[in-house]
Formats: sequence, structure tokens, C-alpha cells
Amino acid sequence: MLSPIFRAQGVHKHFGPVHALKGVDLDIYPGEVHALIGENGAGKSTLMKVLSGAHLPSEGQLFMIGEEFIPSDPQHARESGIAMIYQELTLAPHLTIEENICLGMEQSFINKNFAAKIQDALDMLGQDHLSPNTKVSTLPIGTRQLVEIARAIVNDAKIVILDEPTSSLSTADTKALFKVMNKLRDQGVALVYISHFLEEVQEISDRYTILRDGQSCGSGMIEDITVQRIIELMVGRSMDDMYPRMGHEITEEILSVSNLAGSPLPKNVSFKLHKGEILGIFGLVGAGRSEAMRVLFGLDPMESGQIKMLGKTYKSMSPAKSLKNGLDFLSEDRKAEGLAQGMSIAINTTLSSVKGVFINLKDELKLAGTWAIKMRTKCHSVEDPISSLSGGNQQKVALARMMYHNSQILILDEPTRGIDVGSKSEIYAFIQELAQEGKSIIVISSYLPELQGVCDSLAVMYRGNLSPVRKIEDWDEHTIMEYATTGTNQEESA
Amino acid sequence: MKNIFAKLGMILPFLGLIFVFLIFTGLIAAFEPDSLSRFLSMRNMQTVLMQTTIVGIGALGMTFVIISGGIDLSVGSIIALATVVTASVMNLGALGTYGNDWAVSGFWVFIGCISAIVAAALCGLVTGVISTKGKIVPFIVTLGMMQVVRGIAKWIGKNEMVRTPDNALQTFMDPVHTTLFFAPGVYILLFLTISTFLVLKYTVFGRYTYAIGSSENTARLCGIAVSRYRIIIYTLCGAFTGVAGVMQYATLGSGSPTEAVGLELDIIAAVVIGGGSLDGGEGSALGTIIGALMLQVLRSGCVMLGVPSYIQEIILGSIIVAAAAIDRLKHKKAKK
Repeated sequence: MLSPIFRAQGVHKHFGPVHALKGVDLDIYPGEVHALIGENGAGKSTLMKVLSGAHLPSEGQLFMIGEEFIPSDPQHARESGIAMIYQELTLAPHLTIEENICLGMEQSFINKNFAAKIQDALDMLGQDHLSPNTKVSTLPIGTRQLVEIARAIVNDAKIVILDEPTSSLSTADTKALFKVMNKLRDQGVALVYISHFLEEVQEISDRYTILRDGQSCGSGMIEDITVQRIIELMVGRSMDDMYPRMGHEITEEILSVSNLAGSPLPKNVSFKLHKGEILGIFGLVGAGRSEAMRVLFGLDPMESGQIKMLGKTYKSMSPAKSLKNGLDFLSEDRKAEGLAQGMSIAINTTLSSVKGVFINLKDELKLAGTWAIKMRTKCHSVEDPISSLSGGNQQKVALARMMYHNSQILILDEPTRGIDVGSKSEIYAFIQELAQEGKSIIVISSYLPELQGVCDSLAVMYRGNLSPVRKIEDWDEHTIMEYATTGTNQEESA
Repeated sequence: MKNIFAKLGMILPFLGLIFVFLIFTGLIAAFEPDSLSRFLSMRNMQTVLMQTTIVGIGALGMTFVIISGGIDLSVGSIIALATVVTASVMNLGALGTYGNDWAVSGFWVFIGCISAIVAAALCGLVTGVISTKGKIVPFIVTLGMMQVVRGIAKWIGKNEMVRTPDNALQTFMDPVHTTLFFAPGVYILLFLTISTFLVLKYTVFGRYTYAIGSSENTARLCGIAVSRYRIIIYTLCGAFTGVAGVMQYATLGSGSPTEAVGLELDIIAAVVIGGGSLDGGEGSALGTIIGALMLQVLRSGCVMLGVPSYIQEIILGSIIVAAAAIDRLKHKKAKK
């Protein structure tokens, strides 16, 4: 058996009072694709930042080829052979491929062989039609990712870390990327692949490590584990516990959106929503999911289309109008929009419901206290500012505001983004309870398992257009991704 | 820990006021012992309160604007405009001519005051509409308004003082009043302080003002008509400034288009010293009044000590920066 090229042992990382990594072990062997799997917030990004030298571990050891390795900064890690390919591409679009690859290592400019080396790398990636002088801005997004990989090859990287590389790629680009990854593996490069698309993980990886709550909680050969088991390890409980299902009745139609368009997104959104229904909306980043719902709620102007809601017809919307007529919206951005961070829990709880002239502060505190208990919000006092709460508890305040205002239709935009696993399953349970009470709920998420676990029906957004709504059991991961990346469903059209 | 700091934040301005007062008492006792009894006299308290009135009333209006995350640099000019409007409108109803049984009825004095307040409120309305509908930052809009309004004041006043017949309003700012003890203007300040306190704390309008300043996006999400409320807030600030302008007229006894230059800085400083944050979302009526009082105690103390006015300005400027720095520190502690 080979010895690992890289090993992390008992890595801890503290950020002030936050304990982001609580003991991570990771072995990476040369010539393997190693999948790093975990929920959002499990510590994947923090771990990768430790590996790439952006953060120093608070505790624990890193070894590179058997020797202790302490990356002092990203430059040092890169020179030691660790290349990081981020989710958001880090290329400067107005520079050429060569200039981009040389960024941060300017001393190499004198090396005449450099262009040739870049050309070799591009050839190896099957991009022989590109020249080092091509401007990055002229390249499609999938190709840009390959340029980042070319940078890693040129740097003689021994370990290439890919952070959610396929989250914005089409199926064809993903296939091309996998081909490149296989090639690099055959050359003995170790690849760390971070993704939550579990089918892809199974297709490309050799081994896996699962992270949960900052701890590694399982690793092994990918062929020895089922997707079901991976999810259970990720969430730390059985699927039924994570995504409780409560029976609820789906009855009459209460919202009908036709040909909704905003500027520049969405382009064309039509769907119907029923009483007691939980509708999921999936799509890749930039597909226009949030934009569509923001136009519907009235936060962004409506260019055209029509909304029929609870018996009334609307050609334009505003948040005040929506709230008055039974529609409420949970923002994906808790910090800048969802909650007034500097104001108290109590004030945030009632903000969408205070009307009239005077406020009874005593009643308000009592009411906020009741909601904090009901939502199991952990806080010292409801007079504390929102900013003193953790992400999960903040989200509970935002949900309490919605539930107190008591609209019939609730739009939840990424309701579990950046919150801990425990709060997540509580929020999933709240959603089920709300549906049981007869509310209608739209959940936007870029995390597919969550939508599959929570929703009754699902529609997929692609470049501003929304697919037809179908029952959740009529979709599978494959058809959803197909639609999300191409806007069509080949199985159906075939 | 953070709770203690947040609570302390509420009384910091008050401690500051006492601190300034004690410092000056000490300094005067040490260097100008002859003036000490004068500094501590009731007469001086009455004078300081009277002198606080104009900046205090203006600062109460500014408190709304600053809590909502805005700023209004035009208030100094609006005060000048208000003095000119008060005087000019009252003269419309004056009987006789200058030096020749010149007189004005209480009714016309009242009309003059109302006109001044309405004119000032209109200035605020214009600022509000332009900055919200035109999406121009209020700093720039009010910087422009500062010039425009000053120009209009000079235009109406034909670029000179506007004399008026003697009237009762002119006694509103006499530091010592025979029956009321304090100058009548001080009671107006007191009334407006209590009103502002109640409005900010116990009304939906006050709540919205804080919410808009704390997070405009959240306010919008919660169905608050942000633009409309901003316009109302600037208009209200204008109206308060108008009242301050009427008090300025009472002090001068005439309309003066060149009065109150730079007074917007004192007014903004009072709010900031009193705990108002230029980032919005924070500030209070009581804090603002304490801020305004502190500025005045400082001035009065400097005068007694014989500190030259340029040194006063340096001290004043330093205090404003220190208040802002304390505010930063407070926030830093609260975050962690």
C-alpha cells in the first residue's frame, strides 16, 4: 500500500468562541480522487482553507509526504504543491490565460519556456485550440475552470482541491471535467473533490471522507458505501429524523402565477400553488430562483405577467401589498436583509406586523418571549440584538416574524443556509407543521437533498425560465440536474 | 459583559455631561476663582439653557434623520430662512412705518411663525423627495440645499437684515423671565424633547424610523414604505428646524439671512455626542439634548476661563471625534 501524500491529524480550528473544526483526520493518497462530503457548514471550507494555508490550525498536525508541514500562507502552500480551485472562479477576466497563470509568481516571467509549458498543460486538458494569449473573458465558464486546472498543472501541483467545481457547469462540461480529473489521477496527482451531488461523487471518486459539525465521521472506499448511508453520516441521524414528514392535505388552488418576468430575471415563470402544498424550486446559482420570488413578493419590479392570489388579481406588487394580502417572504440574506441585525429580537419579531399609531412595549416583549419559547430560540433576553444570536437562532426569529404575521403563503428563500444541523431539522419540522395548518409554502434551495426531503412538488429554474411543476416522486436527481443545466429533459423528449 | 456595555452606552452621554461640568468647575476654581460663583450661579444655568434652545430643537429634528440613516447639512441655512420668513411675513401685517408708530398684532406674529415653520418643512420635503426619488445620497442633496436655501433667504431678505416692529416673540429668548423663570423658548425645547422621546419610543412611526436606519432592506422586506417615511422624516426635521429658526428670530429680534452659518455642525455634533450613529439605527431624544447641553456648558466654561474662541473650536472638534470613536468602540464590543 502506498503511503499518503498528505495527512491531517486531529485538526482543530477556533475562530474566537466558534469551534469550526473539532478534530479532523484526513489521508490523501497520490493518484486518487478523494471526495470530501458534508452539509453546508460542516467545516469543509474551513478545512480546505487550513490545507491551502489561508488559516493556521489551532491544534493538530499536517504532514506532507511524511514530513510535518505548516503552510504559513497560501503562497507557501502553492509552492509546496497544493492547488486550490474555488467555487467562484478567481481568474481576472480581462487578462490572458498566461497572465492569469503567472499572477502571483511574477518572477517567472523571465522564463521563456513558460508559454510552452502552459500550452502543454492546455493540450493535456484537451484544449489545444487555446493559446496562452487568449483572453479569459472570451472563454465559457467550463473552460475557465480548466484554465484554473492548467494553472495547477503548470505549478506541478501534487494535490488539487476542487471546491464544488460542478455547481455551475452543464452536464457536458461536467463530463469533460471528469475526464480531465481521471487523466490527472492517472498521472499520480491527488485530487480532493468537494461536492454535495452524491451521484457525481460516486461516479468520480475512489475514496471519501465525511465531515459533520467540524469532525470527520467516516472515511473509506466509495464502492463500499451507499448514498443512503452517506447522507445518514452527513446529517448524523436517519433520514426520517432529519426530514420528518407529517401528513398534510393539499386542497384548492390559491396562487396562480402566469408569465411572470422581471428585469433581467426571471424571464418566464408560471406555476400554481395549492393550500397545504410545499413546493420546491431548484436551480443553479444565477438561474433566477430568488429573483423570481422577489418579483412575486414585490421587492423587485414586475415587468410583465399576472398574479392571481386568494381571489384577487395583481399586475404589480409591493412588499406592503403582499403582506396585507397573504404573502410573506423569508430572505436568503439574513445579515443584510432578512433581519435588522442591530435591533432586538423583540423588534424583529413584530416588525412586519406593527401597524397603527402606538406600540405597547410590554405586550411586545411578552409576545416575543412567547415566540422565542415556541420556536426554541436560544437567547438570554428578547431585548438582545439579533447579531448576538447564532445563524440558526437568527433564522428562527425570522420565521417567528412570518408565523406571527400569519400570511397564508410563505416563500422561504434558502431557509437553512449557513445554520447548524440541529436547527436545520427543526426548521424542516416547522415547515411540515405549517403545511399541516393549511399554509402554502414555497422553498427555494440549491441543496437538492433538502428539497427532496421536504417538498410535495418541485419545479426547476433554468436561465430565468421555470419548468412545469411535478410531484416530487416524479423527479429524480438525474432529471432535475438535466433540467437545471440544459433547460430540457432529454428522457421526456426522446 | 456585552450587556453591561450596551446599557452603559445609554448613560455615556450623561456621564460625559457631568464630566465636562466637573472639569470646568475644577478649572475655573483653579485658574479663575473669581468667576466660579458666576459659573455655578442659577443665572448662568438659565443662560446656558436658553443658549441650548436653538441647537437643541434643531438637533431633535436631526435625531430623526440620523436615526433613519440620513443626514441634513442644510439646517443652518433653513434656520436663517426661517428668521427671514418670520420677519417678512409679520411685516406684511404691520401697521405704521419704521419709527412712526410701527406695530404688529400678535396674530401676525403667529402667522409669521407658522409661515416660517411651513417654509422650513417644505425645504425638508424637497430634500426628502429628491434624495429618495432621485436616489441621490442625502449628503450631496443637502449640501446643495444648504446653498440654495441660503440663497433664497438672502433673496427674500434682499440681502440684509429684516427689521420688525417690537413684539412679544422677541422676549422668548430672554434668559431670565419674570414669571416663567426660564426663557419661554426653554419650555418649547422641553416640550419638543418629551414629544420626540415619546414618538421615538412608543409609536409605530418611531419604530419605523429606527428600522429604516438599522437596515433599510429589512424595513422594505417587512412592508414599510421606506421612501415615503424618509420623506416624512426630512419634512419633520425641516419643521423642527423651522421652530429653531423662530427661536433664532426671537434671539436676534429681526430676520437675518446671514445668520446660523455652520450651525448644522453643532446640531449634528449634538446628536452624535448624544449617542446617535451616522450609520443609522441609533440615537435618542434625551441623548441629543444632553449632547446639546454639553456643547453649551463647554462654550460657557471656555468663556469664563477666557479661552480664545479658536481653542474652543479645537476642543469642540476633538470632542465630536471622541464621541464618534466611543460609538465605534461600543459597537466593536457589542459585536464580539
